[in-house]
Amino acid sequence: MTATDHKAQEIVLRLDRITKRFGALTANDAISLTLARGEVIALLGENGAGKTTLMNILFGQYTADEGQVEVFGKPLPPGNPRAALAAGLGMVHQHFTLADNLTVLENIQLGTVPLWRAALGQAKARAKLAQLAADFGLGVDPDARVGSLTVGERQRVEILKALYRDARILILDEPTAVLTPQESDALFDTLRRAVAKGLSIIFISHKLHEVMALSSRVVVLRHGKLVGEVETAGTDRHALAAMMVGAEVTPPAVTPITPGPALLTLREVSTPSIGAAPGLNAVNLALRAGQITGLAGVSGNGQAALSDLISGLISPQSGSLEGVGRMRWSSRAAIAAGIARIPEDRHKTGTIADFSLTENAILETYTQAPYSRWGLMNWHAAEEQTRHLIETYDVRCPGPHGPIRQLSGGNMQKLILGRVLDAAPRIILANQPVRGLDIGAISYVHSQLLAARNAGAAVFLISEDLDEIMALSDVVHVISEGQLSPEFQRGEKTAAELGLWMAGQGFDRAA
Amino acid sequence: MLFDILLTASFWAAAVRIASPLIFATMGELICERAGVLNLGIEGIMVIGAFSGWMAVYLGMGLWGGVAVAMLAGMLFGLLHAMLTVPFGLSQHVVGLGVTLLATSTSYFVYRLILPEVTSPPKITPFQPLEIPYLVDIPLVGPALFAQTALTYAAFAVVVITAVTLYRTPLGLAIRAAGENPGAVAAQGLSVTGLRMGAVIVGSGLMAVGGAFLTLSAFSSFFFEMVNGRGWICIALVVFGAWRPGKALLGALLFAGFDALQIRLQQTPVGQVVPYQMFLMAPYILSILALILMSRRAQVPAALMQPFNKGER
Amino acid sequence: MRLEPIANPGLGRRLGFPAAALVVTVVIASLLAAIAGADPLLTLGLVLKGAAGSKFALLETLNRATPLIFTGLAIAVAFRAKLWNIGAEAQLYAGAIVTVVLGTSVLSGMGAAALPIVGLGAMVAGAVVLLGPVVLKTRFGVDEVVTTLLFNFIMLLLVSYLLEGPMKDPMGMGWPKSAPLDRALRLPRIAEGLRLHWGFGVALIAAGLVWFVQARTTLGYEMRAVGLNPQAARFAGIPVNGVLVKTALLSGGLAALAGFSEVAGLKGHLSQDLSPGFGYTGIIVAMLALLHPLGVVVTAIFVAGIFVGADSMSRAAGVPTYIADMMLATGLLLMVLAIGLTKFRVVRG
Repeated sequence: MTATDHKAQEIVLRLDRITKRFGALTANDAISLTLARGEVIALLGENGAGKTTLMNILFGQYTADEGQVEVFGKPLPPGNPRAALAAGLGMVHQHFTLADNLTVLENIQLGTVPLWRAALGQAKARAKLAQLAADFGLGVDPDARVGSLTVGERQRVEILKALYRDARILILDEPTAVLTPQESDALFDTLRRAVAKGLSIIFISHKLHEVMALSSRVVVLRHGKLVGEVETAGTDRHALAAMMVGAEVTPPAVTPITPGPALLTLREVSTPSIGAAPGLNAVNLALRAGQITGLAGVSGNGQAALSDLISGLISPQSGSLEGVGRMRWSSRAAIAAGIARIPEDRHKTGTIADFSLTENAILETYTQAPYSRWGLMNWHAAEEQTRHLIETYDVRCPGPHGPIRQLSGGNMQKLILGRVLDAAPRIILANQPVRGLDIGAISYVHSQLLAARNAGAAVFLISEDLDEIMALSDVVHVISEGQLSPEFQRGEKTAAELGLWMAGQGFDRAA
Repeated sequence: MLFDILLTASFWAAAVRIASPLIFATMGELICERAGVLNLGIEGIMVIGAFSGWMAVYLGMGLWGGVAVAMLAGMLFGLLHAMLTVPFGLSQHVVGLGVTLLATSTSYFVYRLILPEVTSPPKITPFQPLEIPYLVDIPLVGPALFAQTALTYAAFAVVVITAVTLYRTPLGLAIRAAGENPGAVAAQGLSVTGLRMGAVIVGSGLMAVGGAFLTLSAFSSFFFEMVNGRGWICIALVVFGAWRPGKALLGALLFAGFDALQIRLQQTPVGQVVPYQMFLMAPYILSILALILMSRRAQVPAALMQPFNKGER
Repeated sequence: MRLEPIANPGLGRRLGFPAAALVVTVVIASLLAAIAGADPLLTLGLVLKGAAGSKFALLETLNRATPLIFTGLAIAVAFRAKLWNIGAEAQLYAGAIVTVVLGTSVLSGMGAAALPIVGLGAMVAGAVVLLGPVVLKTRFGVDEVVTTLLFNFIMLLLVSYLLEGPMKDPMGMGWPKSAPLDRALRLPRIAEGLRLHWGFGVALIAAGLVWFVQARTTLGYEMRAVGLNPQAARFAGIPVNGVLVKTALLSGGLAALAGFSEVAGLKGHLSQDLSPGFGYTGIIVAMLALLHPLGVVVTAIFVAGIFVGADSMSRAAGVPTYIADMMLATGLLLMVLAIGLTKFRVVRG
């Protein structure tokens, strides 16, 4: 499809100068956008650029302060989710909006039958669902409980849900974040079928290669503003990346150094699975001094188990951990062994929102002098240390006394970095350390990790962003279904090859 | 001795009778929790139900009028609970206990306003047993199940209605989803707040009818402390029943069976040796045991006690 | 309508809403008095007079406040760590039982020197009673609200059994009460001629100690961390279950001191009406104090004053005493709402 084509076509969705403010923050600043029938637009932007807010306005979860939305030429009443659905909008959320305790069919029927009707009319619904599944290549058992489905299957249910309601415009929010490359391909196949049937699609992503592969037009948001709109055919990944972050991205310079001895070694470690998340399956891993070890993989393949293990939250069911002393394995043992732990979720795990900066800064060290003696706290010493961290790690904040929830994500992460890096740890576990941060904070975190590596620490970097892993790591492992791939040297494998490992291929031959 | 008791129809009839108020209140709590709200107001709402139903009949209304008044009173306190816990998202623990204290003290206050000096409360004419022809002649089962008061039959009907509504209707689907993943409900354009508030209000109405059973069908007058922890036991029964109406009904019957048994055991030689207080403790200890037993297996609604605020970012 | 969190609520907001809650509570209480056919202002005056209108009234209020300070502290300590101890009533009776057992048998001959041992024994008993539900919570994940509530009923039946059986006073003329405590083991009065016993003094000291533990010790820091975010606390290496057990020991012990002080300071024996629900009222006391230990002292005296004042008002004005319970329950709900509104603002859209 070319640029001249879509202008000639019917416009199905028009956003007109949408503005939304949250207090001092302007999340959407006069954004205008049109979508034509049969068109795929990619909405590109960093975390916090305003993509999700825009979609929530479209779906009536928020009411815009200014501007209006038109669907098929008719204005959409604001703040009314039902009206959005009735107008033909269908949303596939990043965090699935499915109830685990209901079956697939029940989930799809939820909200489609008037609440006060006596019966569900399942026979009819079942037939319609079967037809849709066949048309779009979305096979799934209608009577399975959603709680027992895989992530890929759940996404199919989400899409079926939108199609079942006769959506003509599909909006997908980072749909591939939880999929293997192969599952992503199947998804793209479904989306192409949908477009062929005349549906229009808005595809939200920050993965540039997907944007290039699927969309006909790219719209870029930055800091709540629409900063660029280009035909996909007329651009390339570098240009898009520059538009997204506002400057040409320069990957951090990694100078090769000779690694030292292994500081932490996992031998044949297995852990039990937790709910749907797999445990570890006979994992061997060596974290060496002066080396960044990257862990690539699709979310939910055992990263959590590996991270919890190294953090001291769980113990191996079989196999052994070497290089961490002989204390009974626990969070405290991990800290005592010199492991700096940067948790995946800084809001829920890394900090206590209602605690002050000071109280958060000593969360791991409060039992030690000078912060406490004989069970009595020395708040003076704790505050002094906090001031030191604020200064050294450039934490922008009103001071050490206010609650930490007032800080931005980046500054919160800097305080966590300071908390764990200040004691010059031997080993650093960084689990998704830059998720949700702005570009400045990202490069700060990366430079701190590199500096620690250059100073001789063993760094273990877990990320779902393959580009980040490949840019920073000296060696890379891939995790899939709780199994760990062999160690690959920097540059040994291409992204495509690593993608195959992420999909679980290669493990059979290696075993 | 034990067999003698278990083979008498009066024992089974007593078990069903004792179970009735628990069935109403347990269904009420189950509906609340399925929608995602723990309702610790249950104990006080049972008190206000027992009191207001009795008061209405004492002041001249019919028995069913008393049931209706009890239900309305319960719904009123349910509305208070729902307002504070659902749109405002306040602690369900503290609000629930507060509602229990308020409903209880309101009952006692109004009671003393109307009957300032009375030491032994006046009696009303309660619901009378309603024998169902032919079925009542079935040995053992007949007298136990088919010679009860209309309110007991209503309790069983409530279980069926609750089960059918939860599992076979669009409304039930939405309620179950609201207790599991409120985001899914909101994404379909349904109001989580409305569903949860509705569930708490209706559930509280049922709890109050459970309380009214005590005064209108079981004891025929109102006295202080008559609910005596039954509400808390119902919360344990919901857990024991794994949040399913049918299983919760079985739990209530089983529990009432033990209660009826301990009353009868007190009359036997065992009762001569063991102090009666130990028998009276049995229901509470059983409830704790039930909680321990089910703790590992229970399918708790995933969003139970989690407030939902659609504006949250 | 939805709620939007306020990042940094101002002082006006933090004080204004709770103050408004108190005012509305008083207004509602006045309405109740009017419904009961009494003049609201007169009723309010009678309550105030009955609570603090004379030296006798004031001392009565302080005596009534004493067990409420203990149970209020017990609940404030537990709730701070999000340990929902609703069983202070049971822990109070456990403390009372042990006080009587020690004070009428083994230690009865030792004189006043044995008092601290009796108090300590009572605390251990209360701690043990709360330990059960807490172990069920940490080992099996059983919700402690229901178990602590059920324990209250079990404990009352146990007391009934003891008072009709093994602990029954042979000289009690058939009343279900225990033998009296040894004279020497009674808590002395704070000053000669003042009808106020040292239990009140102990309660004040306890409040100071609890404040010190919460603000200045590692345990207090751990308890707050566990209460605010157990997941982050666990990640940081704080032994969450251990902290909950320690909290339970402290909370149960404090509640038991209420039983100790009522028996040794006021009644001199154990009876089934020792506590008119001090364990439950403690929840109101703690919540009104925003869980602050020094605030508990103030709110306990306030709540006790309302009860004492309502008692005497009821005799004079004919308004049922349950107006006090209604007023406090209303106050509790409004205070919870007020605290909620200091942290969130209601916005449209």
